[in-house]
Amino acid sequence: MSMTATAGHAHADPHHIGVVIEHPGPASKRIVTAYGFWVFLLSDIVMFSCFFAAYAVLVHQTADGPKGSEIFEQRNVAIETVCLLLSSFTCGMASIAADVRNRFWFYLGMTVTCVLGLIFLVIEFREFADLVARGYGPSRSAFLSSFFSLVGCHGLHVSAGVLWLLTMMAQVFAKGFRADVLRRMMCFALFWHALDIIWVGVFSVVYLLGSAV
Amino acid sequence: MLGKLDWSAIPFDQPIPLVAGGIVLVAILGVLAWVVVKGHLPYLWHEWITSVDHKRIGVMYILLASVMLLRGGSDAIMMRIQQAVAYQSQGYLPPEHYNQIFSAHGTIMIFFVAMPFVIGLMNLVVPLQLGVRDVAFPTLNSVGFWLTATGALLVNLSLVIGEFARTGWLAFPPLSGLSYSPGVGVDYYAWSLQISGVGTLVAGINLVTTVLKLRTKGMNYLRMPMFCWTTLASNLLIVSAFPILTATLAMLLLDRYLGFHFFTNEAGGNVMMFMNLIWAWGHPEVYILVLPAFGIFSEVVSTFSGKALFGYRSMVLATMAICVISFMVWLHHFFTMGAGPDVNAIFGIASMIIAIPTGVKIYNWLFTMYGGRIRFATPMLWAVGFMVTFIIGGLTGVLVAVPPADFMLHNSMFLVAHFHNVIIGGVLFGAFAGFEYWFPKAFGFRLDERWGKAAFWFTFVGFYITFMPLYIAGMLGMTRRLQHYEVAAWRPWMIVAAIGMAVLSVGVICQIMQLVVSIRNREALRDRTGDPWDGRSLEWATSSPPPVFNFAFNPDVRGEDAYWDMKAKAQQQSLEHDVPEYQDIEMPRNSPTGFVCAFFATIMGFALIWHIWWMVIVGGVGAFATFVVFAWRDHDEYVIPAAEVARIDRVNLEERRSLVSMAGAI
Repeated sequence: MSMTATAGHAHADPHHIGVVIEHPGPASKRIVTAYGFWVFLLSDIVMFSCFFAAYAVLVHQTADGPKGSEIFEQRNVAIETVCLLLSSFTCGMASIAADVRNRFWFYLGMTVTCVLGLIFLVIEFREFADLVARGYGPSRSAFLSSFFSLVGCHGLHVSAGVLWLLTMMAQVFAKGFRADVLRRMMCFALFWHALDIIWVGVFSVVYLLGSAV
Repeated sequence: MLGKLDWSAIPFDQPIPLVAGGIVLVAILGVLAWVVVKGHLPYLWHEWITSVDHKRIGVMYILLASVMLLRGGSDAIMMRIQQAVAYQSQGYLPPEHYNQIFSAHGTIMIFFVAMPFVIGLMNLVVPLQLGVRDVAFPTLNSVGFWLTATGALLVNLSLVIGEFARTGWLAFPPLSGLSYSPGVGVDYYAWSLQISGVGTLVAGINLVTTVLKLRTKGMNYLRMPMFCWTTLASNLLIVSAFPILTATLAMLLLDRYLGFHFFTNEAGGNVMMFMNLIWAWGHPEVYILVLPAFGIFSEVVSTFSGKALFGYRSMVLATMAICVISFMVWLHHFFTMGAGPDVNAIFGIASMIIAIPTGVKIYNWLFTMYGGRIRFATPMLWAVGFMVTFIIGGLTGVLVAVPPADFMLHNSMFLVAHFHNVIIGGVLFGAFAGFEYWFPKAFGFRLDERWGKAAFWFTFVGFYITFMPLYIAGMLGMTRRLQHYEVAAWRPWMIVAAIGMAVLSVGVICQIMQLVVSIRNREALRDRTGDPWDGRSLEWATSSPPPVFNFAFNPDVRGEDAYWDMKAKAQQQSLEHDVPEYQDIEMPRNSPTGFVCAFFATIMGFALIWHIWWMVIVGGVGAFATFVVFAWRDHDEYVIPAAEVARIDRVNLEERRSLVSMAGAI
């Protein structure tokens, strides 16, 4: 701003605090993008917390239907958890590969992440289909409604993540490691890791605690 | 093929919605035809619909809010007339229609008037006040606006195709459940709020990131204008509260569509959980609306008193305190649910504590005026009117925060009077103040003062005549949402309220007249300096309307009241200085992404409401494809060459230099 060209620094410390940290100006695009995406992720976690809260309120409302301990299979949940945690690791590898512009390791990391995500989804889908087939669908009781919603909401997020993952691979294929592609890749990685954190909550609150009910 | 949709959806037997819908349809088609025939369509498409400029998007938000204000206002007029005539009679509105009207009135006024109005003002002003070129995510900003427009469109569609919810503006189950509301009304309500809620969340993320990460050089947190602070607080509330609304409505929709049992009476569902969830969103929502209004009043009071804001730091602290506490009081909306005296007492006290930071704010505004050189221009009138009105509304709020008193006043007309007292006296007065204050910045000419003052006085007086009687009716035991009544003592107050509504309507007409007259006299009202009010913050440092890049150079801020300091120094020192070195500016390209997304969202929402599943898939795939296409763009910015920047900026500088030298001569 031209008008300030001659302005002095008389107001640098209006309250005489002694320490003045001058704000350097707008942040870089990378920081702005990541920051905005973090804010989105936090709001997404707030949404999940509502489903967690609903589950906590309704967990004993089985309406003479099955309780958690009667339907949860620890072995499946263990495989799902391993898949998802491992996929977070491979996603991290893909991020590093993108940072050093290594296509081979990027594609490999993303492919493994995708496969692990799909395995997770298949197991979850089979669990749901099996429950519905036994008459324990979400409309059986309030407990099952909240169970299907909470776990299903996470599953929907993973599905969206897989779609996004494939889009990212296509983008790198078509456009290379351009700055905007790398920023999106960073957001995708944040998203995928956040899903992992939410899954830790799901398997602790739903499956571990639920098995004791 | 068409799901639940057939000819019975159109209410051929009800003249009011059909005629109203018909008039609106003719009006829309007329405007569209006029636009096409006059050849304005390319201009509209390139300059407005696909624009990602925060100023344009802000203006469109406010335009949407203004149109919906007329719709919500006509609902209000119908209700006031109904209650004035429905003593020992059925009035002129059948019960199911009346129920739709009050539900639509609340929904529209909160979601499609108050929200877009404040978000529009924040969009328009905050990047300018922060001294930056745009918001953090310009295209996302456009998506957010158009999704809000989709929600508004769906609500209005319900007028002629199908019906709207008859459940009140928060659609409490079990009434909103499938067994008691089998029609599409609640679905219209829920899907329009889901879609516009996504838009609001996007706007919130955008503005939080903008304020926290995009401030210009030297703009420390404690140098930000108050409006930026309240914007930050309000948008922090948006990103933490709106996901709750999304989750709650999702649960309600799962109940309705797939037979889930979150809020049903059968199979273990819990209706009170809905109350808790919806008010955990709904209470912060009130502060999402009123905090930006507080920010506007801070700017207006300080500018028109010619003084720096009194107690700036206490104002910041009060804002953030309100931001936090507003999340801890939701239970005062259902003291009568039987949570017990301990819980009620805690939430009652928490509610009253909010009065403390709010009181701090009121005193700060008063002390800002004290000893100032006050100019009673129209924005200042709204600000002073607000202080008087809001204090009354706040005091009655403290009253209903006392649980025993609330047991008497719960769901009474007293409550209706209270929240209109704070929402109109707070949010709407703030919106109007901001509208009058920033209009010259947005369009380059001032609004007519005489019509503006008339609008203020009619609205102000009309407000009191309308809503003070409702307090009394509430004290006399009248409950809210009554389609007709038998108690003679209530009737006079309902008639007075209806008269007040007429006065209020004159205020609205004055406001429209003000716009018409001002546009007609725009040459005489032209603001050449960019600083018509002798403003204090950076938005006044650029021309009116600002160039697309806002500032030729990122301003360097050296203190509070950034622009005021610059002006003061420019007067003391010589204006001669080196001609600055202009540089190329990169700006984000326009994009139809937002509009196309909203197009598919509208299709999807409509299809979901009517259970047309193939169309849902079309809409969903289309929306996803739009995002992929957007992600595939290779050039998302364009360059404004330095010479062009210099040309635009020199005009602005010349105007301003002559202004400053004139002021210096005095």
